[in-house]
Amino acid sequence: MASARPVLEAPEISRVLTRIAHEILERNRGADDLVLLGIPTRGAHLARRVAERLVAAEPGAGPVEDLVGSLDVTMHRDDLRRHPVRALGRTDVPPRGVDDRVVVLVDDVLASGRTVRAALDALSDLGRPRAVRLAVLVDRGHRQLPIRADHVGKNLPTAAQESVQVLLEEVDGQDAVVISGPGESRPPASAGPTGESR
Amino acid sequence: MKHLLSAADLDREGALALLDVAEQMAATQAREIKKLPTLRGRTVVNLFFEDSTRTRISFEAAAKRLSADVITFSAKGSSVSKGESLKDTALTLQAMGADAVVLRHSASGAAHRLAHAGWSRVGVLNAGDGTHEHPTQALLDAFTLRRRLRERSGGDLGGALDGARVAVVGDVLHSRVARSNVLLLRTLGADVTLVAPPTLLPVGVETWPCRTSWDLDAVLPEVDAVMVLRVQRERMGGGGFFPSAQEYARRFGLDGRRLRLLPEHALVMHPGPMNRGLEISAEAADSPRSTIVEQVSNGVAVRMAALYLLLAGEDAA
Repeated sequence: MASARPVLEAPEISRVLTRIAHEILERNRGADDLVLLGIPTRGAHLARRVAERLVAAEPGAGPVEDLVGSLDVTMHRDDLRRHPVRALGRTDVPPRGVDDRVVVLVDDVLASGRTVRAALDALSDLGRPRAVRLAVLVDRGHRQLPIRADHVGKNLPTAAQESVQVLLEEVDGQDAVVISGPGESRPPASAGPTGESR
Repeated sequence: MKHLLSAADLDREGALALLDVAEQMAATQAREIKKLPTLRGRTVVNLFFEDSTRTRISFEAAAKRLSADVITFSAKGSSVSKGESLKDTALTLQAMGADAVVLRHSASGAAHRLAHAGWSRVGVLNAGDGTHEHPTQALLDAFTLRRRLRERSGGDLGGALDGARVAVVGDVLHSRVARSNVLLLRTLGADVTLVAPPTLLPVGVETWPCRTSWDLDAVLPEVDAVMVLRVQRERMGGGGFFPSAQEYARRFGLDGRRLRLLPEHALVMHPGPMNRGLEISAEAADSPRSTIVEQVSNGVAVRMAALYLLLAGEDAA
């Protein structure tokens, strides 16, 4: 674990999420028609945190429950056959659905862009949003598809062999973003699929 | 998971994982667009050597909702000797590029033979073999039961069936559903009592992980669910298992009076098809506590989960 180093600590993550919430509001000119869909596991928790900040900043935004949901993309992935079979996450769409609304997808790490590609497909099965945007906590580069994020918490130039892990209070018991070098054992054991970039 | 041959193949963790996947599958089936791209390019063969409508349609719907190609082969009434025809069929399927076979066969152990004889490398899903097992039926029953009991306790989905009391009533001897259900319900922590006339209990039932009783009236007030089995008269050739249909109905049929012996929350389940008036009366079958129609739609979700776990990951081989 010698070279596993934190790049974001809890207070910074909190500030970053607050900024993203304000950026989303600014870009959307208010909270009208917004839906935040987080990609499980950690994206879903991040989406909820952003939604809470959004409601705090814009009192008219309505209850958090009407604003935030989760979107599992497992069944739309293009790499299912390259890994042992995965458990499925939850898809929860707020009651008003996604039709003609502005959907902001939220994930922890953006790398290849394949998860986001799968999310766009999964989303089109749920309805037809007016627009889709992407918010991520960390963009680590190494894109394999023509996809970019609209709201980025932190750009993190990394080597391909390095691994980026997002730890969140809700899942891992602490907030942090950690980079570890090649061949490192992973930081604290965590439940479920890790937030490691794929 | 390479094959699903018996409810005993699933340990507690595996069974719960499958039920959790089925829960997400069920959620997708409530949407306007029910089709998922997950098994695109995979081929599932429905190989039915024995009559079945609902199981075949259920598997077909499940595979199609996951975008697999489905080939259905009904060999009903085929007189070729079993071992040979099964082997030849397996070789044909392998040559056609099947990824999984859903097998229904009148011989107990047919699915096991197809999976382990070394004829081919396709995944095998047992959709009923003789009087032996029918694991996906047991899974959909457990899924239905778990969902209903959770709703009642107001808890989140997930969790096992620890402490749930279930009576399985009727023709246990000829039932593949009964064996699979006893095994799976036990794995999930439920307490199972078989209720049947002694002539309709299989030899060796005392080694099953459950209790047996001959007195339905005494069992009913204690249970969370009663699963009624179909009396399989087509397997009773010479008869002699019970004196008359009327007497069977009187002793072991679930009628209106027995319905009222059940606790308020208890469910009435039946794998179908039903003999109304024999093992179950119309009043019981159509009562609000009956889950019989719900079991059918849950069947598609559970079979989607089984196909997903069998086929979606990298090849086990």
